[in-house]
Amino acid sequence: MISRREFLQATAAAAAITTGSGLGPLGRAAAQQRLSQSDILRFDPLGTVTILHITDIHAQLMPLHFREPSINLGVGDAKGKPPHLVDQAFREHFRIAAGSPEAFALTSDDFVALARNYGKMGGIDRIATLVKAIRAERGADKVLLLDGGDTWQGSWSALQSKGQDMVEVMSLLGTDAMTSHWEFTLGAERVKEIAESASFAFLAQNIRDREWNEPVFAPRKLFEKGGVKVGVIGQALPRTAIANPRWMFPEWEFGIREDELQKQVDEVRADGAAIVVLLSHNGFDVDRKLASRVKGIDIILTAHTHDAMPGMMRVGETVLVASGSHGKFLSRLDIATRDGKVSDIRFKLMPVFSDAVAADAEMAALVARHRAPHAAELAKEIGRTESLLYRRGNFNGTFDDLICDAMLSERDAEIALSPGFRWGGTLLPGEAITWEAITNATAITYPACYRNEMTGAQLKEILEDVADNIFHPDPYFQGGGDMVRIGGMGYAIDVSRPMGSRISGLTHLKTGKPIEAGKSYVVSGWASVNEATQGPPIWDVVRDHVARSKTVTITPNDAVKVSGA
Amino acid sequence: MTTKPTPRVRVPAKAAAGELIEIKTLISHEMESGQRKDAQGKTIPRKIINKFSASFNGKPIFSADWHPAISANPYQSFFYKAAESGEFTFSWKDDDGQEYTARNKLTVG
Amino acid sequence: MNSPTTGLTRRATITAGAIAALAGLLAPRMAFADEKQVADEIKKLYGDKAMAEGKIRLDVPEIAENGLVVPINIEVDSPMTEADHVKAVHVFADGNPLPGIVSYSFTPACGKASAATRMRLAQTQNIICIAEMSNGTLHTAKANVKVTIGGCGG
Repeated sequence: MISRREFLQATAAAAAITTGSGLGPLGRAAAQQRLSQSDILRFDPLGTVTILHITDIHAQLMPLHFREPSINLGVGDAKGKPPHLVDQAFREHFRIAAGSPEAFALTSDDFVALARNYGKMGGIDRIATLVKAIRAERGADKVLLLDGGDTWQGSWSALQSKGQDMVEVMSLLGTDAMTSHWEFTLGAERVKEIAESASFAFLAQNIRDREWNEPVFAPRKLFEKGGVKVGVIGQALPRTAIANPRWMFPEWEFGIREDELQKQVDEVRADGAAIVVLLSHNGFDVDRKLASRVKGIDIILTAHTHDAMPGMMRVGETVLVASGSHGKFLSRLDIATRDGKVSDIRFKLMPVFSDAVAADAEMAALVARHRAPHAAELAKEIGRTESLLYRRGNFNGTFDDLICDAMLSERDAEIALSPGFRWGGTLLPGEAITWEAITNATAITYPACYRNEMTGAQLKEILEDVADNIFHPDPYFQGGGDMVRIGGMGYAIDVSRPMGSRISGLTHLKTGKPIEAGKSYVVSGWASVNEATQGPPIWDVVRDHVARSKTVTITPNDAVKVSGA
Repeated sequence: MTTKPTPRVRVPAKAAAGELIEIKTLISHEMESGQRKDAQGKTIPRKIINKFSASFNGKPIFSADWHPAISANPYQSFFYKAAESGEFTFSWKDDDGQEYTARNKLTVG
Repeated sequence: MNSPTTGLTRRATITAGAIAALAGLLAPRMAFADEKQVADEIKKLYGDKAMAEGKIRLDVPEIAENGLVVPINIEVDSPMTEADHVKAVHVFADGNPLPGIVSYSFTPACGKASAATRMRLAQTQNIICIAEMSNGTLHTAKANVKVTIGGCGG
């Protein structure tokens, strides 16, 4: 695997060009200094091809806060390596000054104070401004805009319009191609409908129909930009049928399909591609392993795990880029070619500071049109929070604690289970909890909040199974998101142990007694992957709880004891 | 309750001499494993298709002995190197002694 | 009645979403095969004959999407001539009620020693594959397939 020194070499070039533009080694003086739109855009162009990458927007059209994880453990070969670094270690590795705009955008400590200084990030109208500026600077014929997926899900308006708002927005943005994951939770029929009619290519080489084992979507597309052929191969989340309800797309089978991917790479090279890009939704660690096994990919644009890195990572002849989530970042890669091969790549992770970047009027109008039918409902204040509410991180986040509290109280349960999703906005202390804030953390097509009995043994089995999906030392055996969030129950986890022996010390928090394997407990949860799950939608459960509480305070959750990291 | 097993085959109608072609087959069948119990706790007797075989112009080319772990509506694909024009015969043998067949012509040239 | 596939799945699952009672998917409260049973089956076929690694590409998903329908694709590196071809391939699993999955016979007419089917896996287990060449030599390959309850996706 790549050593820290090799990694620094790989990122040095990126750091060199981003110096002075805001990212990279900044002096103390730069800390607390806001960036301007031209600071964000500043880039020393290279070659004749520019690739713009954006991913995991999760239907966030408006500026928002999104706190990066304070715990993001790597296991196996990924242990202690980026992107599995947080806070001080992350800043040291990428030479980012504490308190700087980059520290705010990329790390979590001191988040509240920095958020108050730097403001929100993202907003698709701001992204449109950056994209237009780059197209104007480079010439539109040189720029390829690629979307890594998880685009059509994550907001109330996307849920209500079955992704239509996002399809139109991404079309107006001039997206050339996308791949996917959460898109499939709109159901097979809807995904097919969009894939066949959208202005952009919908690429996924790794999906087959369950009957005849034939490809379901176009695997790749060859573009010509700046006189250079660029082959883009799509890779949907290989674990979609495990992580999300399979019954919503019962005829499709996913998987990593390395051999078929290698064939795609070889074929697109034979078609004359000088640059081969994998537009991937594998997740970072899967892509890092894949890069060492599939030959001939120049660039992997990673997604799914929501990592944002202000430098590229090199694995053999392949570079990996991690462009964050929620519209916080837009990645730019300029690529030079010589003799039909990549000779140099320059990269910048552009942070989208909403207050610094002007809104594009055309995009703002389209967004307003799509939000108009829901505007009053979205703005409705349900309650307020005194605590920072965030989700991202391997274990419980405070927004999930709020959701678990809601299930415990509104569903009269002893234990609450909330899925380890990585998406959802962050609220600062003192902010209103609006309908938009609640649905930004819950808007899915299978929202039923169930209530039933589970034995202690079943609870342990769930935790072991989910833990193995995150902490299996081989990333190819991982799948899905972060650890399931728990309310009303504590546990200890040794992430270094194998499946079946990571979890111990299950405790019923209310009584302080150990959870008994044979005893039944009343459990409430949501986002079950099983068809016909019964219960009210989770957003109503959270709304009722917040409305009743009026002001929400989350006490720090110390019920999960982590070791082996 | 049990529908009559219906075989389906996907095989190209034409091929060049020496061309490697993929043959895909499916047959609707419950493949009752003999491991399941009914609501009364009685074991449901095994009833699977236990053998698939393929021949070309009467000459065997490929066969598969399926065990109860093969999924319902069993799928089987394999390859054939086209040499001459003729006819494939595909056959599926059921535990109950029945045999289901499908025939497909191949033109080589 | 539901189709056998969904019928079984539904029965074995709890609405709670998480628990699929996986060990019970295929055969509730059954005894499962183990490594020794697989070894015994191989011994029945080939005695104590030596087996080499390599030559076999055993393509199974790392994680099954549905334990009742797990794709398996096998390809054995061979020129498939009269003089040098793959005669047979046997597939076993060490965590199902019975160890056998499928046995193939190939002929040189196949041109390529490759076959794909779909299998039921009751739980996380190893798939073991033996290929018998026309000169009598044996090759083996093994892969682990994880059968998970799923959910909580990203």
